[in-house]
Amino acid sequence: MENLWDIIIVGGGPGGLAAAIYGARAKLKTLLIEKGKTGGQAATTWDMENYPGFAKGTTGPGLMQAFTDHATSFGAEIVRGEVVDIAAEEKTVTLKDGTKYHGRTLIFAPGAVPRTLGVPGEAALRGKGVSYCATCDADFFTDLDIVVLGNGDAAIEEGNHLTKFANSVTVIAIHDEGVLDAAPMLQERAFRNPKIKFIWNSTLQEIRGDGIVESVVLRNVKTNELTEMETNGVFIYVGTIPLTGFLKGKVNLDERGYIVTNEQMETNVDGVFGVGDARVTYLRQVITAAADGAVAAVAAEKYIIEEEGFKDSVLAEKRPVAVVFWTPMDSKCLEMMPSIESALSGFGNKIKTWKLDTYRNRRVAARYGVTQNPTIVFFHRGQVAARLVVTEITAAAIDDTLTPLLN
Amino acid sequence: MIEVHKDNFDQEVLQADGLVVVDFWGPKCENCLALMPDFQRIAGLYADKAKFAKLDTSGNRRLAIAQKVLGLPVIAFYRGGEKIAELGPSECSAESIEAKVKELI
Repeated sequence: MENLWDIIIVGGGPGGLAAAIYGARAKLKTLLIEKGKTGGQAATTWDMENYPGFAKGTTGPGLMQAFTDHATSFGAEIVRGEVVDIAAEEKTVTLKDGTKYHGRTLIFAPGAVPRTLGVPGEAALRGKGVSYCATCDADFFTDLDIVVLGNGDAAIEEGNHLTKFANSVTVIAIHDEGVLDAAPMLQERAFRNPKIKFIWNSTLQEIRGDGIVESVVLRNVKTNELTEMETNGVFIYVGTIPLTGFLKGKVNLDERGYIVTNEQMETNVDGVFGVGDARVTYLRQVITAAADGAVAAVAAEKYIIEEEGFKDSVLAEKRPVAVVFWTPMDSKCLEMMPSIESALSGFGNKIKTWKLDTYRNRRVAARYGVTQNPTIVFFHRGQVAARLVVTEITAAAIDDTLTPLLN
Repeated sequence: MIEVHKDNFDQEVLQADGLVVVDFWGPKCENCLALMPDFQRIAGLYADKAKFAKLDTSGNRRLAIAQKVLGLPVIAFYRGGEKIAELGPSECSAESIEAKVKELI
């Protein structure tokens, strides 16, 4: 098959890049598809001070460049392209230009983008004083007066950052005076910062300006009173939305569009994983995205070994196959294995014996309903022909089960 | 592709004949850096039909603001000394730039 990869990763933020590092380092043929520049949202945050081991002097773009170099140094390939369609079961992805890639596993790391507020003037004045990226646009507001909407980590962190440029930063916060959702350390810093002012119990009603932002209309959420305030810029930090439109109907998403996975980052489709900010998760940081990526890559590697190994060695085999589900951690298994092996070896080359550690191959064990160790499942021409569970296994029973399969 | 700045913007853009396409970018703007190869490719394709220029806003802030650019990236289209069209931060893509160039040449 053309363009066949062990792992195809869609999205080049920290989650995707970490998956690429782990995948490529495990000698898997790893492809990462990114529509723009690698780094994701992390590359749009200048101050990066909570990634462990990188305290002072690290920037978001700098750290993401290091992630990217790290991934390519192990042999991961990064291509530019926008994925517009996927076939989850077949594990193919199609780019906007029509290029198709086939994977043995897929890892989706599409990330999220800032949510827009949807107030009048916001869309028309985007890039004209309305911004969602302080790192990108802060320079323009040197010595000017700006407002920041929001009160979470991103709003307060970027508000602090913007004071390096702007004359004043007014934070529009929806809660009562002194109450912010941001981390305490960020709050303290903002409260101490002489350039930051706060307007409480308020939100934006409208952004006004002829060609560029000139003022905002604030609404007090307690009194509904409207106030117009002159400003040169508006930075909006009201959360994010996941970029999972292309996954709708293909893998399970929650009602807000986030990818639903288990702890191994597995989606509802076998061999398809979801990581990072686009996943249903408790915390959305560089470190959690990177951790997701590592878990997914290792789970993908395991999936390939388990599934493909089983397919090639058991399902595609012409002779009858006795698959012994066992685990060396179980004393009953250790006790019974010699007699099982001896009974099976009596059939010589007429059958194939395949041992499967149920602890390492839980997916396959579960699929064939194996709940006891040891269990022998007999396959013939890719189908389950018979099975013997621990209490039924004897040399005579093995003989009786296999003999009819030989004809 | 030429680089324009505060000292040559009038001459190279506003006083130029025909269509001039200006890429407003900045070194800290990752989306701008991501878009740059596409812009260069499009510039190559239509080099004989329009003039393509890039403007690093980091050293030309006043000029950018005078052109009503306060967010990046922006691709602006000029003809006869006037800005006739513009693609803002949420509209800039290889496809949208090429479509606009085709429409205006």
